[in-house]
Amino acid sequence: MKAPPFHYHAPDDLASAVALLATLENARVLAGGQSLMPMMNLRLAGPDHLIDLGRIADLRRIEETPQGLRIGAMTTQRALEKSDLVRRLCPLLAEAVALVGHQQTRNRGTLGGSLCHLDPGAELPVVAAALDAVLHVAGPAGARRIAFRDFPLDYLTPSLAPGEVLTHVDIARAPANSGAAFLEFNRRPADFAIVSAAATLTLGVDGRITQAAIALGGVSHAPVRLAQAEAGLIGARASVSAWESAAHLAAQSPCDGDELYPADYRQELSGVLVRRALAIACQRAGGAAHV
Amino acid sequence: MNERHGGGDWIGRSAARVEDQVLLRGGARFLDDIVMPDLAEATFVRSPLAHGVIRSINCDAARALPGVHAVYVFADLRRVLTQDAIPLALPAGGLRFDVDPTCLAIDEVCYVGEPVAIVVATTRRIAEDAAALVELDIEALPVVVDPVEGLQPGAPEARLTCPDNLVARTKVDYGDVEGAFEGAAHVVRETFRLNKGGGHPMEPRGVVARHDELTDQLTLWNSTQMPHRAKAMLVATLGLSERQVRVVTPEVGGGFGTKAVFHPEELATPAAALLLKRPIKWVEDRFESFTASIGEREQIWTVEAAFEADGRLRGIRGTLVYDHGAATPYGIALPFNAATNLIGPYILPAYRMLIDLCLTNKTPAAPTRGAGRPQGTFVMERLLDRMALRLALPRDEIRRRNMIAPGQMPYTIPVKQRDGSMMVYDSGDYPQSQALALKAAGWADFPQRQKAAREQGRFIGLGLANYVEATGRGPFESVSVSIGPSGQVVVSSGATAQGQGVKTMLAQVVAQVLDVAPQSIHVVVGDTSATPAGLGAYASRQAVTAGNAAFAAATLLANKAKIAAAELLEASVEDLVIREGVVEVKGVPGHGASLTQIARALAGTPGFALPGNLPPGLSAASDFMTSGLSYTNGCHLAEVEVDPDTGGVKILRYVVVHDCGRMINPMMVEGQILGGVIHGVGMTLFEWMRYDREGQPLTATLADYLLPTSDVAPRLEIHHLESPTPLNPLGVKGAAESGTIGAPATIVSAIEDALRPLDIRVTQLPVTPPQLRKLIRDAQSSELRP
Repeated sequence: MKAPPFHYHAPDDLASAVALLATLENARVLAGGQSLMPMMNLRLAGPDHLIDLGRIADLRRIEETPQGLRIGAMTTQRALEKSDLVRRLCPLLAEAVALVGHQQTRNRGTLGGSLCHLDPGAELPVVAAALDAVLHVAGPAGARRIAFRDFPLDYLTPSLAPGEVLTHVDIARAPANSGAAFLEFNRRPADFAIVSAAATLTLGVDGRITQAAIALGGVSHAPVRLAQAEAGLIGARASVSAWESAAHLAAQSPCDGDELYPADYRQELSGVLVRRALAIACQRAGGAAHV
Repeated sequence: MNERHGGGDWIGRSAARVEDQVLLRGGARFLDDIVMPDLAEATFVRSPLAHGVIRSINCDAARALPGVHAVYVFADLRRVLTQDAIPLALPAGGLRFDVDPTCLAIDEVCYVGEPVAIVVATTRRIAEDAAALVELDIEALPVVVDPVEGLQPGAPEARLTCPDNLVARTKVDYGDVEGAFEGAAHVVRETFRLNKGGGHPMEPRGVVARHDELTDQLTLWNSTQMPHRAKAMLVATLGLSERQVRVVTPEVGGGFGTKAVFHPEELATPAAALLLKRPIKWVEDRFESFTASIGEREQIWTVEAAFEADGRLRGIRGTLVYDHGAATPYGIALPFNAATNLIGPYILPAYRMLIDLCLTNKTPAAPTRGAGRPQGTFVMERLLDRMALRLALPRDEIRRRNMIAPGQMPYTIPVKQRDGSMMVYDSGDYPQSQALALKAAGWADFPQRQKAAREQGRFIGLGLANYVEATGRGPFESVSVSIGPSGQVVVSSGATAQGQGVKTMLAQVVAQVLDVAPQSIHVVVGDTSATPAGLGAYASRQAVTAGNAAFAAATLLANKAKIAAAELLEASVEDLVIREGVVEVKGVPGHGASLTQIARALAGTPGFALPGNLPPGLSAASDFMTSGLSYTNGCHLAEVEVDPDTGGVKILRYVVVHDCGRMINPMMVEGQILGGVIHGVGMTLFEWMRYDREGQPLTATLADYLLPTSDVAPRLEIHHLESPTPLNPLGVKGAAESGTIGAPATIVSAIEDALRPLDIRVTQLPVTPPQLRKLIRDAQSSELRP
């Protein structure tokens, strides 16, 4: 379990990082290293060059913008967890990030690393999916924006062109009268989720639902948005039967499985977690506690 | 003892551990901390297939890599070996053939991870680079993964060299089993599938081998539980004399059985060092510890129990199929332990268990904490719960009706043990143990609490299990105690330490006799040059065997000191006591000779006689030889909450009543119980070494194989009973495995209780959420049927 030989680069600025990534053969970006380094030690990954983004100060920030939050890709999960700004503007992210790995791994693991690694059981991509996060990347051809829904191409594969680096992520602030909840099921608290569910709800003055977002993790190679369930909630009154209907759709959503956690079990979990997440989100939005 | 003979007051105290200063300050030296000039590092090329014939191994590219010292295959190492195989198998009547491992595969590979070649380089990284360049041509053969399927006619052969896969067949058989079933009021039947797991010490295995040309001595630093046995294996396989081999264990970060068995790397590494004439270190990485270190626990039981109308057991019969893996390093011990431990604290008039051991293409099986016993206990306790439910008897009551009463001790069960003796329970009060546990856990009030929780939509349950554990396995352990002119008390033993506090245990026993502080005593364990004979850590034995040997040796030393002091003080021996390391005249404080002074006198002065005409030196040695196993017992209660929607299980509370006889250090006993229970939690809810149909391991990282972490470890409430054993002077029994033995049965009893009135029957370990969810779903749908 020793990584094969590789060259290590630690550029001080983004332009150098992009240039290195674009010119070196078989190069990979190193963020927090919490997935890549074990994969290298297991010799499942063998890059010839690692470009460590850790010295690029500009990539490590949490800022309030008129729309919400702008978070640098190299911001550690622990920094997100401890950020008052995140808790205030994006409570869903605050709730989910505390469930990522262990405190020790959150000290090094980053938002950008998690989003680009795209582990199906990871929490942060599910948050990005639920909140329609916008990803900013820099590359040899300049900067561009990618809606998160277009970001995952396949299992562990983001839609980054050769030489591109994720630089920061924009997340809209949670609207007034909204609530969010992130739930996951796993065997031990620090594990990747077998299934996770993120839900947000906004209640109108008449108590009817004006906005809903539901995303599932662990059911496919990438997070899944439940558009039909969301549409069914808009205009509905917050109620147990509304959550049940959404849960029913969640449990019917197509799902991958394996021998240990088969698809039908994951679908059951999807239904349970969506039902519970909606009820909690509603309560946090100021809805009646009994629903 | 203190009144008459003096001595200290150390036995029974939760004294601070003598090991902890150095451990907590980071000063401990573990295997991987050992460095020396010219130390090379090794890695192993391992079989990527579960079964196959080696057509060729091309090492040219690997040998050509800069930094590589050598790549050896079996034929290379064979030049320094006396024989092909490592003579490991314990003798046993039921064995049909021995399957001893070799240090590297010769021409057939039989499990993924079996070592095929050793690569030695200047660094581990270069060795791994080179290992990746070794070209293995292996022709794949059909594999045996499931032991039940492996015993079917027409099953593939797990090893071409064996006539079939049934490596051993044995049984436990006594009483009128047929009669028990013919006249039974009730019979319950069940099949249990208990899956494979492992010990998984935090520090994996490892060795450093160095041959010193000047002294012609081979030293093997080895993270092992049994250095003397490792030495015996090296002497036998390398053709060296006892003088030429020394095995030393540095600090060891956990063993749990994994490090008891001598593994192939423990021979391949020193053999390579002899060939290369250079010291070599090999440290197991985590992937290797999942694939190349022994594990166990896979057993399939088909069993039925006959009962009287009032719930008393008449008899049990059935079959036990045991997964032996690809070699037999431990004979039939594990399934035999399982079958005999099924009996537990209960009166079982008739019993027949037919045991088949199947060779499979998986990592060889050998004892892991509990060593088969948790499975046997699990089966018995599940059968009792099943019968209680059928008779509408409380679960504690059916157990009470079947328990051996304290007045029946010693209680003989007509089962012959490994050493030929009958199985005899030496002491213990099983009904009191259960009664205390029920009281501590609030058994009587629980139905109300359960009802209240259910009204809030919460499913909580309380489970219980009783068990015994055979501890203190012989035949012997050795201890010597000496005090030189420096005054330093040195205790040496064949016992070994893996973190459980063996040094403290020995120091406390000696301190008791000599009335000195345990912290002042220097304890040497795990060094074959410090103690000529020894066995080491297995079968919860070291407090029993080494503890009593230390007590005897210290007492001999004290007597010698008194004889010497009698002359120095011009007093009679009968009037002398030892107080605070000083032999003094009873009732005359200050009139005495310190042990240091006596040691100086006994060191001898040229031309002068030794005091008391004693032989020289203030030292004594003793071997404690066991006369039988001492049986620890206990009762566990667990409260769990089940989420019926997800199949998730959370342990809310865990109560242990434990009786290991007299305790030397209650704090350390509790540490053993805590660790043991958490191993049992792992076995029940998390740990499962899974393989696919081709024998490829599916859980070879700590992300995929779920060890219980502190997040899921319950807080324990531990209560003690002390029923001293008559089998040794200290009255002590072992404590290292009993936590593991009781936990699976207890937790599953609680899970089933939480879901009542649904008739959930957990028959598989570990209990996974999808399986439990399926049981709930099936029970709910049968509930709905008219």
